[in-house]
Amino acid sequence: MPLVKQGRITTDLFVDVADGAELPGDGAILVTAERFLADPEALLRRAGKTGVVWPNNRDLDELVPYLDRIAAVALVFPTFRDGRAYSQARLLRERHGYDGELRATGQILRDQFVFMTRAGFDAFEVKKDADADAFAETMKRYSVFYQPTGDGRVTALHRRMQLRHSESAGQ
Amino acid sequence: MTSPLEQKKIRITGPSMVTANRTWDGAVVYRTAQKGWSTEIGDSAVVSTSDDARALLAEATADDVGAVGPYIAPVELKDGGKVKPGNLREHIRAKGVTIDLRVPA
Amino acid sequence: MYAYDELDRTLINERVSEFRDQVKRRLSGELTEDEFKLLRLQNGVYLQLHAYMFRVAIPYGTLSSKQLRRFAHVARRYDRGYGHFTTRQNIQFNWIKLAELPDALADLAEVGIHAMQTSGNNMRNVTSDQWAGVAPGEVEDPRIWSELIRQHTTLHPEFSFLPRKFKIAITASEHDRAAIKIHDIGLRLHKNADGETGFEVLVGGGLGRTPFIAKTIKPFVHGRDILSYIEAILRVYNQYGRRDNIYKARIKILVHELGIEKFAKEVEEEWNQMGDSELRLDYAAIEEVRSRFSYPPYEKLPHMPDELKRAAHDPLFERWRKNSVSPHKVQGYSIVTLSLKPVGGPPGDATAEQMDALADLADKYSFGEIRVGHEQNLALPHVAKRDLPQLFKALDRLGLATPNVNLVTDIIACPGLDYCSLANARSIPIAQELTRRFANHDTADLIGRLHINISGCINACGHHHVGHIGILGVEKNGEEFYQITIGGRADENAQLGTLIGPAVPYAEVADVIEDIVEAYLALRDRPEELFVDTVKRLGVEPIRERVYATR
Repeated sequence: MPLVKQGRITTDLFVDVADGAELPGDGAILVTAERFLADPEALLRRAGKTGVVWPNNRDLDELVPYLDRIAAVALVFPTFRDGRAYSQARLLRERHGYDGELRATGQILRDQFVFMTRAGFDAFEVKKDADADAFAETMKRYSVFYQPTGDGRVTALHRRMQLRHSESAGQ
Repeated sequence: MTSPLEQKKIRITGPSMVTANRTWDGAVVYRTAQKGWSTEIGDSAVVSTSDDARALLAEATADDVGAVGPYIAPVELKDGGKVKPGNLREHIRAKGVTIDLRVPA
Repeated sequence: MYAYDELDRTLINERVSEFRDQVKRRLSGELTEDEFKLLRLQNGVYLQLHAYMFRVAIPYGTLSSKQLRRFAHVARRYDRGYGHFTTRQNIQFNWIKLAELPDALADLAEVGIHAMQTSGNNMRNVTSDQWAGVAPGEVEDPRIWSELIRQHTTLHPEFSFLPRKFKIAITASEHDRAAIKIHDIGLRLHKNADGETGFEVLVGGGLGRTPFIAKTIKPFVHGRDILSYIEAILRVYNQYGRRDNIYKARIKILVHELGIEKFAKEVEEEWNQMGDSELRLDYAAIEEVRSRFSYPPYEKLPHMPDELKRAAHDPLFERWRKNSVSPHKVQGYSIVTLSLKPVGGPPGDATAEQMDALADLADKYSFGEIRVGHEQNLALPHVAKRDLPQLFKALDRLGLATPNVNLVTDIIACPGLDYCSLANARSIPIAQELTRRFANHDTADLIGRLHINISGCINACGHHHVGHIGILGVEKNGEEFYQITIGGRADENAQLGTLIGPAVPYAEVADVIEDIVEAYLALRDRPEELFVDTVKRLGVEPIRERVYATR
């Protein structure tokens, strides 16, 4: 499954570590929420980076205290119809100021890239190679956005107001 | 009619066929014995056991590009083996709406 | 009218090209039906009994003549020459070919029409009063707010994959023509003591398998905060709405399971945490959208022109005028409702010829504007009273002057088993038979206001729960049967109807309805007492006794 990051297909440096499995001494790892919460300090003291896979029905409050030390949060889309992780993503970015890697995992198709990017995701475990290849192209699909989110894109309303302002200034 | 979209357990009680809608235009189509689709109900492969129905449905479902939403539906076999729709829903799909289409002026 | 600007047009075109790519991937097999289904639904494409069905949005029910002509074009070019107006200010085409859909969408996009989010588990078309902006006594035009909400909820990056569909309706009049109490969110526009515009926010209404009337969650949300408040509701719903069972996934179930107080508390907490976000609308932003709604240059006209006095001698004209013509906020003008319920016709259908001809009439008599209401009728919102006699003649020729608005034959009906893959029984032939039974418009007039609503299955697209008489198609041993309720209503006093007796077979429905109406006529205490008020006063029992005594 290709990983798209910063708009390109890249090698995934994180290794998924199953709940009972032994921790590697160094290197980047992704662990489950249970494993992380069982002993967060020990995990965060490791030499390598630590990321956590956070289920879409678990409250973010338990994760918030560690956000400044965590390297990656992977949010889950069990099917692409289940949109809970969009809310989690926006809350992590916009309310809790998380600025590490925010990864989308599960059933990820190209048709969600724009929504996900706008919600704050910057890494995508894409299901199909063809969709991963089409990432850059897909992201160019839309140039108009109605909603303000944390991604900084200028909204249609804002652009209209600016336009009005410059028109009236020119008169 | 209970929507066949909710069809879960497959158990047929009489002669049946597999029907779906053609992907590119949505037309009503019937699975044929030659593993193709036809717009004529008379061309449909008729099965009479639950095992055969399951097999026909599985084979039809595999053709996801050709047709959408295949399901098993009852048929009536008339004299001489002519295949007719087995319930009102299939009658409407085969023959069209039961109402005047045009709004009378 | 609302004028789309370059940005709105660009977005619609971008959506068309995205959908074109999705259709291409589907037809080549790159997308499975399972993957494609949700993508097509997000753009209004269903698969029905005979073919794909294509649902197109008419935001807040406002259409230009140019847009209506384009519907006629789509009906003719890509479909079978007619379209069906729904109960949520949409139009449906029943026979669209998937391969041709991107072209149909592109044709519609040229006139600012789209099908974004007309189905799927996202924010549906934001609906409003079809008399918005012209109704006397309206607080202010609710469409400005409908448009602000429409934009905010279109391709929303957080709320495009909700547990289930989500519908908002807005009214700004005392009499609710938008049925806000049967919506996921209902907004009643009003002003606070300082004269500032805001909304009473209702939540958790809806019909279907588990019907609920919406409850008030906050009596006044200031207009500038309405987007953030809606966002807070949606965020709570997106996270906590059930996803394990499609029948329990609507917000009404969450509200019911949590209780309205607990739900309101959750929303309030989320809203407070959002704080002073970018969603707060400043005055200039609201005015920006307001400025793009234009109103016709009305003339100064007499209240009672000579043309109208002369036409009063024509009994057919008078009957139509009394039934279908309503007061306008500007003197000398009227709102004209066009019945899409001809005797013997399918409710809500219009042919391409009718649409084209009506577009011409709108240009001639209504400043090029047409409205669509949730009762599946159309309206011309700005007709000079002096033009009414001429307009009547033209509408009559088109079959659009049936004088039955709000009467027993003005039936709301879903497409039913004739078209719909979810239906258990037919709706349209029942409606047609009823219009024949009550074909005498004078008798219908005598009966007075009476709404019959018909749904072909429990999903309740025909709003049967809130019909004064509601008819619900069910299946019994492969046969079509119908449950009948009475006493429901969809307006500001919204209420669910009560079952009157055992389900009856297809062939007996019209007889039973006739008997119910007979019973009402015998029981009402004066001619002005409406059917629904008689039921309220007496309860169901006296009517049940009369109707089922001989059955």
